[in-house]
Amino acid sequence: MKQLWLIPVLPLAGFLLNGLVALVASSSRAEKESGADHPLAPLPYAQRLFHGVVGVGSVGLAAVLSFAALVPYVLSSLHAPEGLAPVVQKVYTWMVAGDYSVDVAFRLDALSALMLSFVTFVGTLIHVYSVGYMQKDEGYGRYFSYLNLFMFAMLMLVLADNLPLLFVGWEGVGLCSYLLIGYSYDKDFAAAAGKKAFIANRVGDFGMVLGIFGVFALFGTADFSFVDLARRQALAGGAPLGVYAVCVLLFLGACGKSAQVPLYVWLPDAMAGPTPVSALIHAATMVTAGVYLVARCSALFVLAPDALTLVAWIGAGTAIFAATIGLAQNDIKKVLAYSTVSQLGYMFLACGVGAFSAGIFHVFTHAFFKACLFLGSGSVIMSMHHEQDMRRMGGLAARIPHTFRTMLVATLAIAGIFPLAGFFSKDMILGSAAASGHWALYAVGLFTAGLTAFYMFRLVSMTFFGKARSGDHGQGEHAHKSPATMTVPLWILAALSVVAGLVGVPAALGGSDRIGRFLGASVAHPEIHEMSHGLEIGLMLLSLGVAVTGLAWAWRWYGKADGPAEAVSPQAHAFYEKAGALGRLVANKWNVDEGIEVLVLSPFWKIGTFLWRGFDALFIDGIANASAFLVELAGDLLRFFTTGHVRNYALAFTLGVAVFLVYVWVR
Amino acid sequence: MTGALPGVAPMAVPPGAFLVVGTLLFAIGLAGALLKRNAISIFLSIELMMNAVNLLFLTYARMRGDLAGQMIVFFVIAVAAAEAAVGLAIFVALFRVRRTVDVDKIALLKW
Repeated sequence: MKQLWLIPVLPLAGFLLNGLVALVASSSRAEKESGADHPLAPLPYAQRLFHGVVGVGSVGLAAVLSFAALVPYVLSSLHAPEGLAPVVQKVYTWMVAGDYSVDVAFRLDALSALMLSFVTFVGTLIHVYSVGYMQKDEGYGRYFSYLNLFMFAMLMLVLADNLPLLFVGWEGVGLCSYLLIGYSYDKDFAAAAGKKAFIANRVGDFGMVLGIFGVFALFGTADFSFVDLARRQALAGGAPLGVYAVCVLLFLGACGKSAQVPLYVWLPDAMAGPTPVSALIHAATMVTAGVYLVARCSALFVLAPDALTLVAWIGAGTAIFAATIGLAQNDIKKVLAYSTVSQLGYMFLACGVGAFSAGIFHVFTHAFFKACLFLGSGSVIMSMHHEQDMRRMGGLAARIPHTFRTMLVATLAIAGIFPLAGFFSKDMILGSAAASGHWALYAVGLFTAGLTAFYMFRLVSMTFFGKARSGDHGQGEHAHKSPATMTVPLWILAALSVVAGLVGVPAALGGSDRIGRFLGASVAHPEIHEMSHGLEIGLMLLSLGVAVTGLAWAWRWYGKADGPAEAVSPQAHAFYEKAGALGRLVANKWNVDEGIEVLVLSPFWKIGTFLWRGFDALFIDGIANASAFLVELAGDLLRFFTTGHVRNYALAFTLGVAVFLVYVWVR
Repeated sequence: MTGALPGVAPMAVPPGAFLVVGTLLFAIGLAGALLKRNAISIFLSIELMMNAVNLLFLTYARMRGDLAGQMIVFFVIAVAAAEAAVGLAIFVALFRVRRTVDVDKIALLKW
């Protein structure tokens, strides 16, 4: 791959083309239709075709190039354990300060090649899906230009060879996330959700920036070559305290972007964006950037075992915490959002126990089944005429069979049913946790796996099984089918949800952990304690058993799903009644938003009010007003002497001269 | 009585009288300028004050035998002529707008 820069530049060109055409077209439309009754009608077919072709085409081409970049790495990893050496291509010198310079340079190695490939691939599918999903939307061109801009930023993030450039991509995806969450900017909740995402990410980015400074202070460079320096230091033994600080700060950035406790609150709200955006940005790609960052800096993290333990516990905590919230959500996208938070927790759990390749493996498989689930939910929502409440769904299996089948496959994959993708990646994480001796983390992960199976199958049951509960609106009766641009990506993603795990079949099951060896050259491998194959298989059966239990439980409670909309499952309803306060707490998302309101926002609000009322309004304004008052007072006094009568002035002048003469004479 | 110019007859009227007349004229002019409301009267009063000063200049010039005082008087007369022209033109213009030259009714120089 000689021209790496082409990969991010293609979507950038798509963004410019789409954005320009959308701008010009919308202004001419606004002129023409200023008096029309329906100014927000769908775009003309020719313009939709243009946006679709440019949007899908630019990302599709980038995907082709990414595969071309990936293939040599895959081939070489099959033969040599070392794999291909990383390729660094410098395009442009961005900043020079003394003998240090920051370049726009791209780094291709196994890790970035893998990320590139599935990001562009899933991205292409979601662009195709969007062609069908957004066709009736008046902001079609704006949508595709944002989506292309997102792909550009994401590819910059993945390809960057130094932390400052990575940060550019990092902020770029954050910007696009903000723009696309607030895509329906005329709706208050969407605009507010966009702001929430942006502000929550600022908290993380503050750590991220400090972390980048820290890396520079420690190693004298922010290029990813610092990883090699860190590796050498690891051989030399001992890490200064600074390394811990830098790791924690970088992880804080990762927490913001990847929605970990306590900064996860923005992701569920981000569901205000269009569903394909949720699939692309808030499930498959952007939110995994934090995991990518930790894996990219893995050599640094292994120097600081305590920081890794923190990562692991934050990850495990997030996984179980979000999963419990997901149990009782009724909005179909909210369930998937909490599921995403939970799965991201798994990825950090993996990184935290030192199994960075397992974390990236889960990023990889999760991208497929979660994108499939989100796109499926989009198809469900569309067929329900924009109803998202699962209590009003039910019985959709027969009406949208493609969506039903693909979502079922993806659900089984995320639940970790053998031999689907989720089974292998989740099991590699749980296995690594157990192998590294963190049995408490293993237990949390195992329990979360059961919760995952439960809430996912609950989602499928409430949506597709039972009778149609669409109630007074009668949407379920009129649920309509999705176009091919939507079903084909669904089937492709469903197929990959089945087979993607096969790249990481563990040795215990007769595989050879290809993904681990493939990523071996790029991420750190702390000493892995080998488990006996018997124990490993035992643990797998255990997690499989837990997953099946979760599924079965969901089937028992929600399988028939024939209750009324207020209590879809009488058993579950009775259970929550009995659980009392705890049940309400779970249903109310552990009151985290309210807690943040009380603990963070309201003190800030009070400080702000004090500074406004007490300091600004009284003190600052007081100074300004007092000086104005003094000037006015002086003016009021002086105006008595300014009568305007020439004779008064002449008298004053005369008296003045007289006084002066007397003075001269007396002296 | 010092410094009489050579070849100039001594003054028949004592110079003190000129000084008293000049001072009186100045005082009358000042009072007129301050007390009159008619702009033209004020103008006349100012002329009176200037001529009083001219008289004092001339007296001192004669007493000191110094021509500089006389020179200044010529300048004052010339400037006063110019000033009279401009000032009267202003009053005419003002009268056309305000139909009056009463300075108490033209109190424009205030807030």
